[in-house]
Amino acid sequence: MSAISIDTVLQVALSGLLMGLIYALVAAGLSLIFGLMDVVNFAHGELLMLAMYATFFLNLWFGLDPLILLPVVAAIMFALGVAIYRGLISRALGVQFNRGMVQIFVTFGLAIFIRGAAQLAFGGDFRSVGTSWLANRTADLHGIYVPLPQLAASAVCLVAFAGLFALGRTEFGRALQATREDRDAVALIGIDRDRIFAIGWGLGAAAVGVAGTMLVGFYYVSPNVGANFALIAYVTVALGGFGNLMGALVAGILIGEVEAVTAQVLEPSLKQVGMFAIYLVVLMVRPRGLFGKL
Amino acid sequence: MPSDGKIGGKSDGTLGGRSDGTLGGRSDGGKAGEILRLDNVSASYRGLKALQGVSLAVEAGEIVAVVGANGAGKSTLLRTIAGQVAMEGTVMFDGQSLARVPPHQVTRRGVGLVPEGRRLFPRLSVEDNLRLGAYTRRGPDRFAPLAQVFELFPRLGERLSQRAETLSGGEQQMLAIGRALMTQPRLLMLDEPSQGIAPKLVDDILAAVGRIRDLGVTILLVEQRLAESLELANRAYVLQTGRVVMSGPAADIARDDGVRRAYLGL
Amino acid sequence: MTNAITRRRRLELVVGAVVLAILAVLPLPIRDVYTQNLIILTILYAGLAQAWNILGGYCGQISLGHGLYFGIGAYVSTMLFVDAGISPLLGMFAAGAIASLVALLVGWPCFRLSGHYYAIATVVVGEIGHLLFLNWDFVGAATGLYVPFHGQSWMNLQFRTSKLPFHYLALVFAAATWIVAWVLEGSRWGYSWRAMRDDVIAARSLAVRVFPSKMAASAISGFFTGLGGAIFAQYVGYIDPDSVMAANISILIALPAVLGGVGTLWGPLIGAAILIPTSELTRSYLGGAGGVDLMIYGALIVGVALLRPAGLVSLLGARR
Repeated sequence: MSAISIDTVLQVALSGLLMGLIYALVAAGLSLIFGLMDVVNFAHGELLMLAMYATFFLNLWFGLDPLILLPVVAAIMFALGVAIYRGLISRALGVQFNRGMVQIFVTFGLAIFIRGAAQLAFGGDFRSVGTSWLANRTADLHGIYVPLPQLAASAVCLVAFAGLFALGRTEFGRALQATREDRDAVALIGIDRDRIFAIGWGLGAAAVGVAGTMLVGFYYVSPNVGANFALIAYVTVALGGFGNLMGALVAGILIGEVEAVTAQVLEPSLKQVGMFAIYLVVLMVRPRGLFGKL
Repeated sequence: MPSDGKIGGKSDGTLGGRSDGTLGGRSDGGKAGEILRLDNVSASYRGLKALQGVSLAVEAGEIVAVVGANGAGKSTLLRTIAGQVAMEGTVMFDGQSLARVPPHQVTRRGVGLVPEGRRLFPRLSVEDNLRLGAYTRRGPDRFAPLAQVFELFPRLGERLSQRAETLSGGEQQMLAIGRALMTQPRLLMLDEPSQGIAPKLVDDILAAVGRIRDLGVTILLVEQRLAESLELANRAYVLQTGRVVMSGPAADIARDDGVRRAYLGL
Repeated sequence: MTNAITRRRRLELVVGAVVLAILAVLPLPIRDVYTQNLIILTILYAGLAQAWNILGGYCGQISLGHGLYFGIGAYVSTMLFVDAGISPLLGMFAAGAIASLVALLVGWPCFRLSGHYYAIATVVVGEIGHLLFLNWDFVGAATGLYVPFHGQSWMNLQFRTSKLPFHYLALVFAAATWIVAWVLEGSRWGYSWRAMRDDVIAARSLAVRVFPSKMAASAISGFFTGLGGAIFAQYVGYIDPDSVMAANISILIALPAVLGGVGTLWGPLIGAAILIPTSELTRSYLGGAGGVDLMIYGALIVGVALLRPAGLVSLLGARR
């Protein structure tokens, strides 16, 4: 076994960071929805998958770079998120009996449905974006090589996070916070909580849409691509603390790093065991995650 | 006279049509006509018939007290008007029916409710709680009632950046009333404003209720403290097991032995 | 009151016996192997879902990691059979015992978590098991294990000429889980679980020992899930981590109970009777159309969850 060079360490740390930022943004969408209304979206991975397909086909048809498609895909995903809330989730919230399980299995059934629809529409093939400015280009940072698509993706994720934090400081952000603190009381100040919830779903879907758009630049898309990312997103959200944006960011980066280190030290096929183990250890110490309110 | 036909002062961001964006505009204190009317309203709450054929009317600019023992249906009455409880019968506010109007729309039409338990947003600051009250208002004057809220409750002005959950019970009640005033209501409904509050603050809060009326906001008050609320009110309704058993000028009700017996169990 | 409850419970036993009798004669006239297989799987999943129901339904701990216990059961009995020559008839009880032990080990830390944190922790624990088995050469890693054919007999729990023995094995398994659920419903634990599920704080004030009774539910639930895994392994003759331990197995185990009606005696049965045939038939007839089967399955789950939040069992009238 050769000594691990400083370059290897930096390379591992950087690739962990880049992937971690993407995990963080996927998790942020999930966390936002959960924090707002206590619903875990088990179809979150499928939203990521749809965003990746949307980017793939828009790129195929119009030859536009994923970076240009970003706002388009985000808008499509926003609309989809709103539609899912209006069509399904608002009904699930109105259920009187067994509400927790109904919410889990409505989004879970939706996930299966979307996966089936994707198989029907797109087939089972693995696809990747053909034309992109960044494809197959690498930046050389003093001997550490970074594929440009990953670099761009993590930069976009950072910007998206900045946007989400900024949104939290706006008046609408306050209304979001008020709704999550007392969803019934917001009617007393004239706020329609259904509208806030719908926008929350839209934003959550748009966040995962942004992640998907950038992901498709270096990751194959198939109808089952969402499952893996979704599992990581649940772990990230629970690790950071449900509903906490900063928690999602920190936990996402942490998980990206742990994954990269595990893959390097043990073997790549075990890379997720490391992150899951860290997650379990943290939850034993802090049952509501790193940033969760106890 | 809600004859200007404006809902919630929405055209100019004021209550009574004054354009300076402050509360009131009816400082003449009444004679503006009927603002709220309930006809034969029945409602169930948690499976119980909480209101049975309640009729009442509130004139613009007055304070109307609703008194009665625990479980008489007072809170349900306010919640019904606020659109939170399914009901039968008619509720007219400002000439328009409130039947099947969702709670947030009731607020937007100009009916403010300060509920039991206050329902503040505990982790938001005092300032955020207040400003959110004006969330659905538009226009440059939307935050104008702030000045009057601070005049009514100077303590709130000193605690602007504190989280709502760190306030004392009395201060929280002030904040809840202030937040409701920020929605620029023409009718303000208060559910037990003195509950769980240090005795020396109770007088302050009830005095503030009187001053809010003087600013031109009509008030429907549910209050356990019989003497104080009847002293403050112009008229009163007595509820017993979901029915109106008596109504009239507050002074008359206060003198009525039957009420005292039914209500206080004397 | 007590009389009414006793009478209802007796009636449940009678209905249970009738259902058992029907299921016992059901396969006799059926010659079609596909249908036989479908019925066996349905009964097996009814038993697994009932096992899940003890923890997820009666005790209210929504576990999405039961695939782990199922898989461990499958591996334990298979390896005892393959490596040590121990009859699966015995091996499956060892499988149940070890699965039960693992369930306790999982429960010990996870029961500190509540709500979604618990559900996601169980997903993660299950996935850790899945990943470890995928990489563990001792258990055949990703290649999995074949159960070699040692001759047709009950000792070997292997049958080639007829599916009937497996039908009855699955039926005995499902009946056992049903009886256990029935007994538990009327037991102290059953009352503790229901009290806890509805209001933990109130249950504590009634001197319900929350943690031990959750552990008990976990152990019983894990035992029968492991037993089911052992039977499944003998039935299909081949196991690998993806087919017995993946996250979707956990869902497959939980789903019939949830859609049939959690915390009810009949819910898991009804759920399995609807879900498993729907899933298998749509896959067989529509699977070629790529995805339509999943769409129907997903829509069914959404529809039942929204329209029948108390589960399909509520169609039968006021149960609970």
